[in-house]
Amino acid sequence: MSASVLYDAPGPKAVVRNRIYAVVGSLAIVALIAVSIVRLADKGHLAPEMWDIFNYAGIRQNIADAILATLKAFGLAAVGSLVLGVLLAVGRLSDHKPVRWVATTFIELFRSLPLLITIYAIWVGFLTDYSMWALAAGLSVYNGCVQAEVLRAGINSVPKGQSEAAYAIGMSKTQVMTTVLMPQAVRSMLPTIISQLVVTLKDTSLGFIILYPELLQTARLIASNTQVNGQYPYVSTIAVIGTIYIAMCLLLSALATWIEKRGRRAKTGIKVAPGVQTASIPTVDALPGVDAGGAGGAGGTDGGAGGAGGTGN
Amino acid sequence: MNVLLDNFPAFRDGFIGTVSITAVSSLIALVLGVAVAGFRVSPVPPLRYFGTAWVTLMRNTPLTLLFLIFFFVVPEILFPGMSPFVLGSLALGFYTSSFVCEAVRSGINTVPLGQAEAARSIGMTFAQTLQLVVLPQATRTVVPPLSSIFIALTKNSAIAGAFSNAELFGWQKLMSDKGYDIVPVFIWVAIGYLIITFTISGLFRLLERRMEVAR
Repeated sequence: MSASVLYDAPGPKAVVRNRIYAVVGSLAIVALIAVSIVRLADKGHLAPEMWDIFNYAGIRQNIADAILATLKAFGLAAVGSLVLGVLLAVGRLSDHKPVRWVATTFIELFRSLPLLITIYAIWVGFLTDYSMWALAAGLSVYNGCVQAEVLRAGINSVPKGQSEAAYAIGMSKTQVMTTVLMPQAVRSMLPTIISQLVVTLKDTSLGFIILYPELLQTARLIASNTQVNGQYPYVSTIAVIGTIYIAMCLLLSALATWIEKRGRRAKTGIKVAPGVQTASIPTVDALPGVDAGGAGGAGGTDGGAGGAGGTGN
Repeated sequence: MNVLLDNFPAFRDGFIGTVSITAVSSLIALVLGVAVAGFRVSPVPPLRYFGTAWVTLMRNTPLTLLFLIFFFVVPEILFPGMSPFVLGSLALGFYTSSFVCEAVRSGINTVPLGQAEAARSIGMTFAQTLQLVVLPQATRTVVPPLSSIFIALTKNSAIAGAFSNAELFGWQKLMSDKGYDIVPVFIWVAIGYLIITFTISGLFRLLERRMEVAR
């Protein structure tokens, strides 16, 4: 149902009323922004000196290093989570009961724990001096579990005839999985996989808490080590770093949307799922066709109204 | 397993902290999310743009960044010295509201077309159509995704613990600073979170069952 079904084509009175609402609404939003700017300017946060700090080569270098650090952690976590995701998905679909059991427990446990708790435990317990690896490991474990569920949904959505045909021509279990099921699953789930990578990128910001010098940590360091006009330039640093962050996430989201559209255009193969981005540290349950059963609920119990929030990406 | 017994009052406070910040921010997220969803389907273009911008921005902002904004920028705009609890639940609520908005909007999309058309043809206005006809029916499809959104919210509330809120992650940090072995601490915190998330999904399952209608 498109939005227009909810209301009639406006008549003369409604047009006037809508215009009034539009003006009042825009004025309210503009007023809110204006008040914020005035209040910030009053306290000297918008003074030119506050923004001048970004002209220093040292600070620029810091920011460049931080972007690199964020991307490094993201790259490691992306690779780690995808590898782990494939392993766990295959494990959960295995014919051997113990393997299936271990994979299921692992997925359900780490998927229902806050990522921060896992990262912090890994950092303190095992990798105190290597915050980058702790961050990447925590992200890989958590997102690996989510990717595993995504892939499992993809594998389950491949028509049964495909694997039956493969078995019929004498392929082994491994061959069926690697040459028939997995490629089709990856193709159909690519938008969701990339949406989850966006979440991974966003979650690298948790490195802030374990003191990994990624973008946010650097922002805090810059802001708390520079003093301008007797104040710490938190507002300007957060504005600059925040913009960089959001731009990176939007770029990756745009890639997901593009791939989704491209996949939809091609008529061959199995249906491409809509990209789903669930609440940040997310559960896959909003995926169409994910069998959330056995989750015991901790991971969420959707499934029915699948694809909630799917199209807005 | 002395960690828990020796520090039970702190653990209890942390548990209550997690529950209360989750409760308060879910309420904020729910109210704000439904309002923004209303904006997004409204006949007034500026409100629609605002809704879209809100959702895009909030969904692509790392939650930690939002926390930084709320702890360092917002007090400057409003008034200094706001409590971490208020700031934390506002940040969580704002962030989650975008996901609630998308869930509600897709719920609205699942209500059959005829319903809204019938409402319009008996002369209902946009607000009436939404309030009396579409939203009550959308509720049923919105409940399952809301359950996973609120579970994600519970998990996200751990970040509030890093911003000087008393809650379970704060307890974990405190215990590891005190020199306790991280593994038992991790297990107890995990159990704490599992209790909350299981309760939420149980509650939602109950809600789903009550709202079930034979069609």
